[in-house]
Amino acid sequence: MTGERKTKKVKTIKINVDKCNGCRACEVICSAFHAAPKYSSNNPARSRIRVIRDPLADIYVPIYAGDHAVAECAGRDKYTIDGKEYDECSFCRASCPSRSEFKEPDSGLPLKCDMCEGEEEPLCVKWCMVDALTYEEREEEVEEGADREELEIGLEALAAKYGVKTLQNTLARLSKKA
Amino acid sequence: MRYAETGYNLEIDLTLGNIERVETDPRDTELYLGGLGTNAKIMWERVPPETEPFSPDNLLIVSAGLLCGTPATGCNRTIVTTISPQTRLLAFSMMGGFFAPELKYAGYDKVILRGKSSSLVYIYIHNDQVEIRDAAHLKGKGAVETAGLIKKELKEPNAQVAAIGLAGENRVFFASIEQGRSSASRGGIGAVMGDKGVKAIVVRGTKDINVARPAEFMELCNEVMKYIQFRNENPIPNVMPILAGLGSPQEMMVHDEKWHTENFMWGNSRVRRKDFWNDEIAANWMKTLESARTRLISCYNCPMKCGATISLPGLPAYMMKCFSKLTYTMGAFSDLEFGLRIAQRATEYGVDGFSTPQVMAFALELYQEGILTDQDMPGLPEGNEERFYWLLDKIVRREGIGNILANGTYWAAQEIGKGADKFAHNNIKKHEQLPLKLSMLNPIYFLMYCTGEKINITQIEGQFPQAPFLTREEREEFVKDWFQVPDDHFKQIFLDWEPRGEKSMPFYPTVQMCCDIVDWQERMHYIDDALGMCAGLSSFPLKPPYHIHNYPKFISAGAGIDMDEEKLAQAARRYRTLVRAINIGRGMRRKDDRPPENHWKKRFPELEKELLDTYYKFKGWNADGIPTLVSLHELGLDYVGEEFLKRGIYSDSPDEASADAMANKVQKSMKGDVS
Ligand code: SF4
Ligand code: SF4
Ligand code: SF4
Repeated sequence: MTGERKTKKVKTIKINVDKCNGCRACEVICSAFHAAPKYSSNNPARSRIRVIRDPLADIYVPIYAGDHAVAECAGRDKYTIDGKEYDECSFCRASCPSRSEFKEPDSGLPLKCDMCEGEEEPLCVKWCMVDALTYEEREEEVEEGADREELEIGLEALAAKYGVKTLQNTLARLSKKA
Repeated sequence: MRYAETGYNLEIDLTLGNIERVETDPRDTELYLGGLGTNAKIMWERVPPETEPFSPDNLLIVSAGLLCGTPATGCNRTIVTTISPQTRLLAFSMMGGFFAPELKYAGYDKVILRGKSSSLVYIYIHNDQVEIRDAAHLKGKGAVETAGLIKKELKEPNAQVAAIGLAGENRVFFASIEQGRSSASRGGIGAVMGDKGVKAIVVRGTKDINVARPAEFMELCNEVMKYIQFRNENPIPNVMPILAGLGSPQEMMVHDEKWHTENFMWGNSRVRRKDFWNDEIAANWMKTLESARTRLISCYNCPMKCGATISLPGLPAYMMKCFSKLTYTMGAFSDLEFGLRIAQRATEYGVDGFSTPQVMAFALELYQEGILTDQDMPGLPEGNEERFYWLLDKIVRREGIGNILANGTYWAAQEIGKGADKFAHNNIKKHEQLPLKLSMLNPIYFLMYCTGEKINITQIEGQFPQAPFLTREEREEFVKDWFQVPDDHFKQIFLDWEPRGEKSMPFYPTVQMCCDIVDWQERMHYIDDALGMCAGLSSFPLKPPYHIHNYPKFISAGAGIDMDEEKLAQAARRYRTLVRAINIGRGMRRKDDRPPENHWKKRFPELEKELLDTYYKFKGWNADGIPTLVSLHELGLDYVGEEFLKRGIYSDSPDEASADAMANKVQKSMKGDVS
């Protein structure tokens, strides 16, 4: 199974927490950009980037909203870096029942960073004038096969958990629906 | 829909425990903008001159500015207004940080406190849910500590907390309200908060703030950001470094303190140490700051990083900004390490970084002179630095001599007597000033010191260079891209301004020019205080990103109020006059409009008289500094004029005779308006 080679664009926002001054300009512009109509309102609670701050402990972690998690994690991590103890979930991007970040304040619907679709560069990066956030775009060659391999690993795990039979039945049902 | 503002104030009666959400009148926004402007209107209407600072009827208004919560860079000021226990005049102190935007997102423009709680409480505002909560367990706790404890007990790490420390609880006349990164320090407003029994105001908001014309507004914001970038890359030449860039003076960043330490006064604003700064001190202080400073930090939505987290071995971390870096150091003739250490305790106690060191240095001077004795100060330690800690502890607890000193140098001197008033020498209107003593009168600064009703030189200066540049070429270079001027004649004034000779101080700029310059500088501060803009991006530095030409556009696009330069200037004049009117009602007159007697060595009484006479007239005030009926009428402030007449305010004035005639004239012209 050899995959063809393709290129894909990888968009990376580099976060330098040492440069962050805690101003929350990134939250401001993200929430304004995603208002409807665009820029008509502002509310950092709707932002898809949130700065986890604890100024007296010198903790500043700009975090981007990632995928929605249906349930909170049973096991959690607590990091200590350079002598600073970070709260549980500090580095996690999930919109998750355990916290208020990355949810629309009124509806509770999950938010996710879309890299400011349609803009030249992510606006949070543009508004972060101290370069705590920088943007990088690069082309990466990927093997189509690579994805398939991942799929295979995933399926294997599911088969192990539920049995091949159940998995087959489920797949059949799903493909009918589709 | 209301734009930029929420259109609601939160009215809290602490005596009754009553909380109300009150819709405001949009017409007031047009006339008084917001922040200080509408605060002044409320104070005028509801706090008559008889009201004592510590009366339940005094209000404490904690207000966001009109544009706070919008994406306008650096627009984050909270304007706190009350009657000051120290000056007994209107106090309006501003704080940066994160409080004002959060209040807006919670759905309120202002929190208006009245009455008094019988026990210590804190106020918790979370969108529509507002509670008065017991704060007995926070009694005596530090202001920074309190913020941490409250956030923990509410499980609200994102809440913003404005709290008082022991000084506020004990009604020290120079107590501050602390808000982590920032504080509202001047005028003793923390004492009024303590008098009302409020330990803290806590706010968390997750609602929207709307802008009227989004595309236009963002365009303006982007221009401002571009210009900030430009200014950061192009500091202004020929001025000292702290005046070259934007932001509050970058005290947390700079190491070279030669200028401050050799030009500002040490001790009780007394001693100039001309050869203080040397390599050894420079190296020492650099080491101190480098090791104490964890990070440079900004206020909400601003890249300027004017503050810092300070963390010293053995002490809890705290945040510091601006010149408080040096006030304790210089008050005590000590070093930076001492200054940063005692400031930690002072921040927890919640006291003003200007007044406090001066009050303590004043006490020690009186002690040296034998006016205060061991009997007055039993237990005073031997060591100089220990004495400052000792005094600080006494003051915030109002123990012994501390109970007298807690009222500031003016009132303390009155109480101590024995000629102590000679030592309370650095006040304007009973309020301690920057420790600065100079030689030649500067006519522009003379007017600003006299008439700046924030009673703080930094809150009226800016925009126009403090001193002439040496050569014509340098001046020409400076005016080339000086588009912030209201009109070009300011450029000409500056071009012609020479360090020596015919066109030099004190007789140039001419009296009229001085009036124009002061009026412009003051106006920009007043606009900032209504919009909630940080002076560091607007009225304070030279060539700022916000100015008289783009502000009307910001207000139009942001708040949806039809605004132009003239209308904005008129609005600023209106509430500026209202501030003066409140103070006039409380007895302030020309006699109070003067700098500390020894601020300049070379004085020019005739010139000074002419300056004040001309400036008063220019402002529409009579010879005693009272706004005239005609000027009040022009500003739509007839209600002030009527009250003045009723109270006989004009009757002690030198031009009293004309008051009635004026009243007639005004009444006629008012009738004219109607028909
Ligand atoms: S804009 Fe930049 S500096 Fe400001 S909080 Fe966001 S990441 Fe930090
Ligand atoms: S990239 Fe755009 S959508 Fe994502 S957090 Fe930044 S501003 Fe928001
Ligand atoms: S310029 Fe400085 S003081 Fe002003 S808002 Fe920005 S960080 Fe705060």
